[in-house]
Amino acid sequence: MSAPTLKTSPHLRGMKSVDVIMRNVVYALIPVSLFSVLQFGLSALALILVCTTVCIGTEHFFCLRAGRETTVADWSAAITGLLMALVLPPGFPLWMAAVASFVAIALGKQIFGGLGFNLFNPALIGRAFAQAAFTVPITTWTPGMAHRRFMEFIPTTLTPPFLQPDMEAFQAWVTGLKLDGYSGATPLAMMKFDRFETDTLELFLGTIASSAGESSALLILLGGGYLAWRKMLNWRIPTAVLGSAFVLSAVFYLQDSTVYPSPFFTLCSGGLMLGAVFMATDMVSSPVTPGGLWIYGILIGVMTVIIRLFGGLNEGVMYAILLGNAATPLINNLTQPKIYGAVKKRKEVKA
Amino acid sequence: MTTSSFNLAHLLRGTFRQGIHPPDNKQFTAARPIERLPFPPELILPLSQHAGKPSVSLVRKGQEVVRGEPIAKADGFMSVPLHAPATGEIADIRLMPSARGPMVESIVLKVYPGDPQEILFGTEVDVDAMDPREIPGAIQDTGLVGLGGAAFPTHVKLSVPEGHSIHTVLINGCECEPFLTTDHRLMIEQAADLVKGTKILMRALGAERGIIGTEDNKLDAVEAIQKVLRPEDGIEVKAVQTKYPQGAEKMLATSLLGIEIPSGQLPYTVGLGVFNVATTTQIGQLLPMKRGVIERVVTVTGPGVERPGNYLVPIGTPIRFLLEKLGFEGTARHLIMGGPMMGGTVSSLDTPITKGCGGLLLLEEHQLTSEEQMHRYPCIQCGACVEACPIRLNPCELGRLANKARYETMAERFHLMDCFECGSCSYVCPAAIPLVQYFRVAKSSLRERRAAG
Repeated sequence: MSAPTLKTSPHLRGMKSVDVIMRNVVYALIPVSLFSVLQFGLSALALILVCTTVCIGTEHFFCLRAGRETTVADWSAAITGLLMALVLPPGFPLWMAAVASFVAIALGKQIFGGLGFNLFNPALIGRAFAQAAFTVPITTWTPGMAHRRFMEFIPTTLTPPFLQPDMEAFQAWVTGLKLDGYSGATPLAMMKFDRFETDTLELFLGTIASSAGESSALLILLGGGYLAWRKMLNWRIPTAVLGSAFVLSAVFYLQDSTVYPSPFFTLCSGGLMLGAVFMATDMVSSPVTPGGLWIYGILIGVMTVIIRLFGGLNEGVMYAILLGNAATPLINNLTQPKIYGAVKKRKEVKA
Repeated sequence: MTTSSFNLAHLLRGTFRQGIHPPDNKQFTAARPIERLPFPPELILPLSQHAGKPSVSLVRKGQEVVRGEPIAKADGFMSVPLHAPATGEIADIRLMPSARGPMVESIVLKVYPGDPQEILFGTEVDVDAMDPREIPGAIQDTGLVGLGGAAFPTHVKLSVPEGHSIHTVLINGCECEPFLTTDHRLMIEQAADLVKGTKILMRALGAERGIIGTEDNKLDAVEAIQKVLRPEDGIEVKAVQTKYPQGAEKMLATSLLGIEIPSGQLPYTVGLGVFNVATTTQIGQLLPMKRGVIERVVTVTGPGVERPGNYLVPIGTPIRFLLEKLGFEGTARHLIMGGPMMGGTVSSLDTPITKGCGGLLLLEEHQLTSEEQMHRYPCIQCGACVEACPIRLNPCELGRLANKARYETMAERFHLMDCFECGSCSYVCPAAIPLVQYFRVAKSSLRERRAAG
């Protein structure tokens, strides 16, 4: 018998460590990612690979520079990479995607000190940067299910570094696909500018033009359901985001259904579903208190609808979540849980 | 005895909000009847095995003592006497290792081998005829302290401050700590004494109602108690949901009665007296004989123990003796006194079983946690701790403040002093942050500062 070692209680630990949670988020994103490859072919696959590789590489580089042990093994950089790819248009030039991914990790995460310290969702920082820097490509949408999608890239994908994509070649390519009724716009854009409402079932299943991974609400919900079931995602956030967006858009829809989209359309179109399930739920940048989670979710849902209906942009999820992230410290502060057996503090009267 | 499958009866049972579900690991010992082990050659009896002032030794080196004889007396009200757990000779009174860490003044008793070890002390009394006001004193004479682990002198709980009255006595048989099964076995095997003890406590406090509460993974204990209960006893036995830390008195009060004990207050402020099953059973056994506490049941368990079980051992039995008698595999480097959630490790195999110790758990490093589980990450603000804390504190924020040593803020704004160190937050933390340890350090630092004025 050797001398016993000393440790402090508790001597047992639960099974979920950070890397296990992060790995499962990656698992939950696999169906959505595969569907985007199925829909958009080689271009989507290349986009996913580039974003993920650049994100992981950037994380590794910064850790080395900082003289720390690399943190790529915690899987969080892989999540950022996947999400980055899924919120970009499938034909987004790869060099731009690489820059956006670098910005996501460098300015969205490492600058704050890495995992656990970032104020904002890193993938959305990357997306916001791309939105500002690469205005044309990020609003250029390609049709899904092109018949040669596994043989060739979408022309814009392989744009050489530091050049703008050749839009004429792109238009020629789209024309060559001979699609009926294709306008090159997402359902949200068609709604906003043409008052054309895409069939909600199509949106739900995902057979429409969109960002690489925003198309299928069904697959996103499946992934989110899996994580919620494993208790690796707080169900309150997507519930609050989607619920508040539904209610608010229903109010407008009931007032004037010729101008405003139906609440079902609101839920299933654009990035709301992906944002609500996978981006707003980022643990680091969302509140920790149960009450705070509801407030945060409702804030995002409401802001999304307001930006969509009244803003110059047709999509508002990204800004809504970033603003929600920014409000998180304040929300945490204001929603401290009421403790067991709380006693009202008597106001101390200054003598 | 798992509760993971869907079970409506389970869902309808009382419980408290939040908490955790660690694997209960009671299968090693739950079915093993209480067994008496032979006397060890030497007993180590710390003069301080309880919360409060240490006892004052009544013996000197070389003196012969008889099993059951008082060998130390209480030093005032917040103290209890100590009785000789075996017939033998006082070998020494010296500093010995204790479960809490520091060396403490202890009586070392050499047990006479071959002695019949009869208890010659004690006189029969009719407890039912006893004046309720005499009961607390009689209980202090038994040397009883909370046997559930807190080791708070039992008689102190019986002196309720003026202006308060107790309507209900809660007997705590939850034993929510994984691995431990002593209370479970006591409820099954000594139900009659348990009920007797409950009635004594009710009489002492003037309570009309008694509730014996246990978790619903011990329904056989509920049955055993129901068999000995008579309607005129005014005692009921109830099962609550199996959930950690159900055995905390605040949690049990909420689960059984739906009331919360106010922050910073004791159960008597809401008319409750809460006592552990083992303590109550001992009251039922000792008081009618006017004897002292000289032995207790200990669950010796863990995957490495060859003969795990529930053993009746004299107070003062060194761990070394238990391990040698029961056999173990591995290095025995990780020894926990009490349960795995709140128990402490010991540094020496000479550490004795004391009154408050209901379990000896032997785990090897790899049985505790795998490599990945121990890997430290920064806090990712997942909120798992916030949803686990039974007191509904914000361990996440508290942990962050602890890192900055902002202890005053922790206490003033985030209710640090309400934390009773159950370990739920550390258990669920995916980043393996030692939150409870942070809080212990913060609390003791605050206590020091406040003491310094």
